[in-house]
Amino acid sequence: MAEFSTSTKDAGDINVIYLKGYLDAHTAPVLENTFSDLIEKSRYSIVVNFGELAYISSAGLGVFMAFIEKIRENNGDIKLAGMSDKVYNIFDLLGFPLLYEIFKSEEDAIKKFDEIKKLEK
Amino acid sequence: MKNEDNKIKEKELSVKSKTNNLSMIRDFVYNAATEIGFSSDVIDNIILAVDEACTNIIKHAYKSYPEGEITVKLKYADKKFTIIIMDHGTPFKPETVPDPDLQSYYRQHRVGGLGMYLMKSLMDEVKYVSVPGKYNQVLLSKNLNSALR
Repeated sequence: MAEFSTSTKDAGDINVIYLKGYLDAHTAPVLENTFSDLIEKSRYSIVVNFGELAYISSAGLGVFMAFIEKIRENNGDIKLAGMSDKVYNIFDLLGFPLLYEIFKSEEDAIKKFDEIKKLEK
Repeated sequence: MKNEDNKIKEKELSVKSKTNNLSMIRDFVYNAATEIGFSSDVIDNIILAVDEACTNIIKHAYKSYPEGEITVKLKYADKKFTIIIMDHGTPFKPETVPDPDLQSYYRQHRVGGLGMYLMKSLMDEVKYVSVPGKYNQVLLSKNLNSALR
């Protein structure tokens, strides 16, 4: 059976979710739980690091759609980072770059959140 | 041409309609597509299309009932790799699935039709056949030559 796991890191006001392995209809609930936990703690500035994600199907892509509006209503965002070309191509094919900001690296995504926070101050 | 005679002609895998079987199905298709000689990018696309077809069967044809049967048949002939996926669940009407509209998914907090759109985009051919009360079948194919271009 294919493995999938997430881990999270607190980076000040921002939380990073690290994805590892195979994200499909079987493992998507794991990521749903990770988002639900963060939202429960009112953590709405989220960077998702795809660096160790080997595979994603539309069931995995659906998880991002399930939470994005709630997060944006609370002045937050989900920013995506570190995708392989293979994973990016699937996001691109479905038009996700219109709805989500996608960065080369986790640091770039965090920087973007920091810039927005500075402007708000 | 001799090499081609050694390649798979037909293979079959039957599994229960559970999402934890998706990885087994992907491995089964991966091994055959590798044997045929598709490039790794094309193999990734084929695997994803098959995953999407099987996920739809589990969720929609069998409505997540875990004891349904899914049969995946692989054929390779005349440079064409054909994957036939059969189930005995509720018949599927592909014409009722609209193309994905991310803006409306955004408002509805859900997605639908993404899998079907991916299948159509990634494969050369996607065909549905339902014989009511008997079986449903989705046929996916990829031509080795079209994939090389």
